[in-house]
Amino acid sequence: MSILLLHEVTVSFDGFRALNSLSLDIAVGELRCIIGPNGAGKTTMMDVITGKTRADRGKVMFDQTIDVRRMTEADIAHLGIGRKFQKPTIFENLTVFENLELAMKMDKRARVSMFAWLDDSERDRVSDTLKQIRLDHQAERQAGLLSHGQKQWLEIGMLLIQDPRLLLLDEPVAGMTDDETARTGELFKSLAGKHSLVVVEHDMAFIEQLGGKVTVLHEGSVLAEGDLATVQNDARVIEVYLGR
Amino acid sequence: MRHIFVTILVALSSFAHAAVDTRLLTQLAAEDSDEKIIAIQKIAQSAEPDAKSILQSLADGNLNDPDGQPITINNRVRREIDGALAVLKLFDPSAVVRLNSVKEISTNVDASMAPMLRKAIAQESDVKVKALLVEVYALATLKDPDKDIRLAAVTALATSADPNNKSVLFEMSKPENEAETAVRMAAFRSYLQVKQRQTVVENVGRVFSGLSLASILLLAAMGLAITYGVMGVINMAHGELLMIGAYATFGVQSIFRTFFPAQLDWYVPVAIPVAFLAAAAVGVVLERTVIRWLYGRPLETLLATWGLSLILIQAARLIFGAQNVELANPSWMTGGVEVMPGIVLPLNRIFIIGFSLFVLTLVWVLMNKTRLGMFVRAVTQNRGMAGCVGVPTARIDTVAFALGAGIAGLGGVALSQIANVGPDMGQGYIVDSFMVVVLGGVGQLAGAVWAALGLGVATKFIEAGAGAVVAKILVLVFIIIFIQKRPQGLFALKGRFVES
Amino acid sequence: MRRPFIVRFFSATPKAGWQALAIFTTFALLVVPLLHLAVPETSVFHVSSYAITLIGKIMCFAIVGVAMDLIWGYAGILSLGHGLFFALGGYAFGMYLMRQIGRDGSYQSDLPDFMVFLDWKQLPWYWTGSDSIWWAAVLVLTVPALVALVFGFFAFRSRIKGVYFSIITQAMTFAAMLYFFRNETGFGGNNGFTDFKRIAGYSITSPEMRVTLFALSAAMLMATLVLCRYVVSSKFGRVLMAIRDAESRVMFLGYNPLHYKLAAWTLSAFLCGIAGALYVPQVGIINPGEMSPANSIEIAIWVAVGGRATLVGPVIGAFIVNLSKSFFTQAFPEYWLFFLGALFVGVTLWLPQGVVGLWSQWREKRANALAIAPADAAVEPGAAK
Ligand SMILES: Nc1ncnc2c1ncn2[C@@H]1O[C@H](COP(=O)(O)OP(=O)(O)O)[C@@H](O)[C@H]1O
Ligand SMILES: [Mg+2]
Repeated sequence: MSILLLHEVTVSFDGFRALNSLSLDIAVGELRCIIGPNGAGKTTMMDVITGKTRADRGKVMFDQTIDVRRMTEADIAHLGIGRKFQKPTIFENLTVFENLELAMKMDKRARVSMFAWLDDSERDRVSDTLKQIRLDHQAERQAGLLSHGQKQWLEIGMLLIQDPRLLLLDEPVAGMTDDETARTGELFKSLAGKHSLVVVEHDMAFIEQLGGKVTVLHEGSVLAEGDLATVQNDARVIEVYLGR
Repeated sequence: MRHIFVTILVALSSFAHAAVDTRLLTQLAAEDSDEKIIAIQKIAQSAEPDAKSILQSLADGNLNDPDGQPITINNRVRREIDGALAVLKLFDPSAVVRLNSVKEISTNVDASMAPMLRKAIAQESDVKVKALLVEVYALATLKDPDKDIRLAAVTALATSADPNNKSVLFEMSKPENEAETAVRMAAFRSYLQVKQRQTVVENVGRVFSGLSLASILLLAAMGLAITYGVMGVINMAHGELLMIGAYATFGVQSIFRTFFPAQLDWYVPVAIPVAFLAAAAVGVVLERTVIRWLYGRPLETLLATWGLSLILIQAARLIFGAQNVELANPSWMTGGVEVMPGIVLPLNRIFIIGFSLFVLTLVWVLMNKTRLGMFVRAVTQNRGMAGCVGVPTARIDTVAFALGAGIAGLGGVALSQIANVGPDMGQGYIVDSFMVVVLGGVGQLAGAVWAALGLGVATKFIEAGAGAVVAKILVLVFIIIFIQKRPQGLFALKGRFVES
Repeated sequence: MRRPFIVRFFSATPKAGWQALAIFTTFALLVVPLLHLAVPETSVFHVSSYAITLIGKIMCFAIVGVAMDLIWGYAGILSLGHGLFFALGGYAFGMYLMRQIGRDGSYQSDLPDFMVFLDWKQLPWYWTGSDSIWWAAVLVLTVPALVALVFGFFAFRSRIKGVYFSIITQAMTFAAMLYFFRNETGFGGNNGFTDFKRIAGYSITSPEMRVTLFALSAAMLMATLVLCRYVVSSKFGRVLMAIRDAESRVMFLGYNPLHYKLAAWTLSAFLCGIAGALYVPQVGIINPGEMSPANSIEIAIWVAVGGRATLVGPVIGAFIVNLSKSFFTQAFPEYWLFFLGALFVGVTLWLPQGVVGLWSQWREKRANALAIAPADAAVEPGAAK
C-alpha cells in the first residue's frame, strides 16, 4: 500500500525541466533514500509534494486517494506530511521549547491559537521530544543561539512532535559530526514502520546505515532504483554520479 | 463732374480683364444706406478682380459719387464693407490669406454667400483651402430651397472636422428643421461620421497626454527601477532627487538670466548634464552615508530614506524658499504643432516625450552594452557570486545608485518644463513612480516602460470620463487588484496586458 | 488543571507591568484631573489645559503605536497606511460631533455647515443615525476594522509581503485621502470636520470634558497594552513571530499565515480606529490630511524609536517623538523636519532596538560586568525582514 505516489510529474522553470516525468512510489512505513547529483531535482520534488511548487503535469497522490496538487501548504501539512528543509529553518527568536510547541500536532487555526494553552500531557510531549533530541537542558534557550548540529536536531524534533505520517528530510545530516550522524541514523531507523520516511542525502555511509531502498534521481527523473549495492553497481549511475 | 467719375471708372477697369458692373457703382452713391449695402453685397458676390480695390477705396473715402463728392458712409455700411472685404480675400493670390479668410467666414456663414463661395471653389487651386471652402459652401447651402442642394450639403459635411458641425447636422436630422426624409437621413449619417471622427480626434489627444504623462512617470521610475532592481533599495527620497534636478535647472536658468541673457533659450541643454550631476552627487552621498549600511533590510531602508527625503525637502525650503520658483520654457519649446484639425500638441510635451525616449535609450545602452551595465546586472542577479568573481560590488552599488539618482535628476529637468518647481514637488511623484515599479516588476526596465505607458494612458482616459481624483483612485485600486494576481509585476505578463 | 481564560488573560501582563499600570492609572485618572480641575491656575502644580490636551493626544498616538507594533514588531508587516484607520475612526466619531453642533453652526442649519455650503438639502444616506452616540461607537468599532479586513484579506491572500505590502498600504491611504478630499464624498472635503461644540450635550471645551477625554484615552491605552500583552504572549503571538521570522516554515507546520496575519492586522486597525475617535474631540478637527502618507509613516518612527517587538517601546516612542514635535514646532519650526528626518535615519542606523533596546543592553552590560562568568552575547530579537 503506498503512502505517496508521484506519477509522471513535470515541473519547468522558464523552459528548464527541473522534474521530468518523475514517478515514485513510497510504501507505508517505508524508509526511502534518494540520492542524485546537485541539481537533480531532489529539493524540487519535495517542493512539489509539500505544495511549495506547483507541478505542471502529473499526479501527486497521498494515501492513495488524496490529490495534493491543488492544496495549500498548510492543508498538506495537516494531512500528515512533515518536512525538514535543506537549510535548517527554525524560529530563531523563539526558545527551543516554543519551537516545539508551535510544531506540535494540535488545532492550528488562528482563533484556537488565540486561546490555546498547553495542558500537562502536551508539556510532557514537548519534554519527551526534548530528551529525544537531547536538547532538554536548552529548552529555554533562544533557538538562534544553538549550534548548527543542534539546529538540525531541533528541526528534526519539530518534525517528530508534528507526528506526521510521512517525513520528508532534505539532507538532514549535513553539517553534523559523525557521532551526531550515527545517532540520527538510529533515530530514523526507529521511526520507520510507524512513519514513512523519504531521506535525501549525499552521505553514502549514512545511507548504508539506513539500509532502505535507494532511488537515484538524475535530470529530474528516476535513473535507478533498488538497494544500495545494486544501485552502486549500475553502470549509468556510476557514470552520472558515483563515477565523478 | 460726371466726366471725372467716368474717368475713375475707366482707370479702375483698366487693371482688370473683367470689371464690376457700373450700375452697381452708381448704386453705391445712393443716398440710402440700405441701397449702398445691397450694392456692396452684390459687388462682393460678383467677386470681380477690381471689387476689392473699389470697396477698399470706398472704405478709405477715396471713391467719389457722380457729382465728384466723396461717397459718405456710416458705421453700418462700414461693417458691411469689412465683411465684404473679408469675403473678397477668398480670391487673394496668397493661399495663406485665403485660408484665413475661409476660416473667418466659416464662423458666420449665410445663404447669401453661396454664389460667391461656389465661384471661389471653382477657382481654388490649394487642396486644403478648397476642402474648407467646400465645407463652408455646404454650410451656406444647408437651407437652400432645392432639396438636392441640401442633400449635397449635408453629405459634404460628413468629412468635416469642426465639432460645431456635429450639432448643426444633428439639428438638420430633426423633422421640425428639415422636411425632406432623405436629407434628414443623410444629415444623420453625416452626424454620426462627424461624431466618430471627433472621438478619434479626442482619443488621439488623450493618447498624447497619456504619453507625456507616461514619459514623466517613466523618467521618475527608471531611476527607481535601477536602484531597487540592483540593491533592493526602496528609495523614498527618489522624488526629492527629481526635485534636485528641477532646482538645478532653475539654477542654470538663473545663471543664464544674469550672465548670458541673449542665450537664455539654450539653458535647458546646459541644465541636462548639470541636473544629472547634481542629483548623482547627492545620490553618492546618500549611498555612502546611509543606504550602504542598510543593504538587505528593505523596510529599514524605506524608513531611513523617508527621513532623508524630509531633510532634503526642508533643505530646499530653507535655500530656495517655500514658494514655487519661476521657470520659463525656452522659446523653442513654447507653442505647439497642429497635427490634425483640432489637435495641437504642445511643444514642451513633445520635448518631454522625446527626452524620455532619449534617456531610456541611454539607460538601455548603459545597462546592456557596457561593462558597467554588465557588472550591475551581475550584482542584481547574484550579489555573492558577482563578488566572488571579482566584481567590486560596493563600488557598483555606489555607481548604480548614483546613476539612478542622476536619472531622477534628468526627470527633474523634464518636470521643470511642465510643472511647478517647489520643495514638495517630489512627494507627488513618489507614489506614482513606485506604482510603475511595482506594476512593471522589480528591476525590469522593459516592465517599467510598459507600466508607465499603461498607467499614463489609462489615467488620461479615465480622467476624461471621471475626473482627475477618481482617475487616480481607480488607478490605485486597479494596481492593488493587479498585484493580487501578479505579485511579481507586469513584466512576465507583457503580451496579455497590452491586449486587454 | 486548566486556569480559566480570564486569569490567563490578566496574568499575561507580568507583575511589574501591573505595578507600572497602577501608578499610571493613579496619575491619569486621579492626580492629573485633580491638578487640572481643583488646583488654581496660578499654582505651580496646576496642569494646564494645553498640557492635558497634548498628553491626551499623545496617548491616542501611543495606542496607534502599540497597534502598529503588533503587526510590525511582532508580525513583521510594516504598514504605511495606519493613518487611514486612525482617520476613519476619527471621521466616524466626527460625524456624530458634527451632528451635535445642531443649529449652532455658522449657517444655523440642521445640516452640517459644509453641506449647507454645498447646497445639499438633506443628509446623505450614510449619515443616517449619525446623531446617536451609540451608532457612532458602532461605526468607530467596525468601519476601520472592516476596511482593514477586506484590504488585508486580498493583500495577504495573494501573499504580498515586505516592501510591496508597505507600498500598497501607502497607496491605499493615499487613494483614501484623495477620495476624502472631494467635496462630493460627503465628509467636508478639504476642511474636514471642525468647530465641534458638544458631546452628548456637554460642552466639548469644558475642563470636565477635557479631563474625561484624557482619562478615557489613558484607560484605552492601558486596555490596549493589557490586550496586546495577552495576544503576544499567547500561542497566537508566538505564531505571529514565527511568521515574521520564517513564514514558509510556519506554513509547512500546518498553520495558515493568512488567518494569523489577517487577525493581527484587523485587530491593529480596530485599535487605531478607537484611538482616532478619542483623538478627534481632543484636537477639535479631523481632515483628510490625517490620511496623508507622511502621517502614516511617522507612526512607524514612534515604534522604531521606542523599540520594536516590545509593548512599552511604542508608548515611549510616541511620547518622545511627539513631545519633540511640539517643542520644535514652537521653538524652531524650520528645524522640525530636519530633526524628524535625522530621527528616521539615526534610529534605523544606530538604534535598531530603539530606546528600550538601549536600556536592556545597558542593563545586560551591567549584569555582565557584575557577573564574572561571561554570559551569552546580547540577543537580537525581531529584526524583521
Ligand atoms: N524557483 C526556481 N526557479 C528556477 N530554477 C529552479 C528553481 N528551483 C529549482 N530550480 C532549478 O531546478 C534544478 C533542480 O534543483 P533542486 O531541486 O534544488 O536540485 P537538488 O536539490 O537535487 O540539488 C536546479 O537546476 C535549479 O537551478
Ligand atoms: Mg537540494
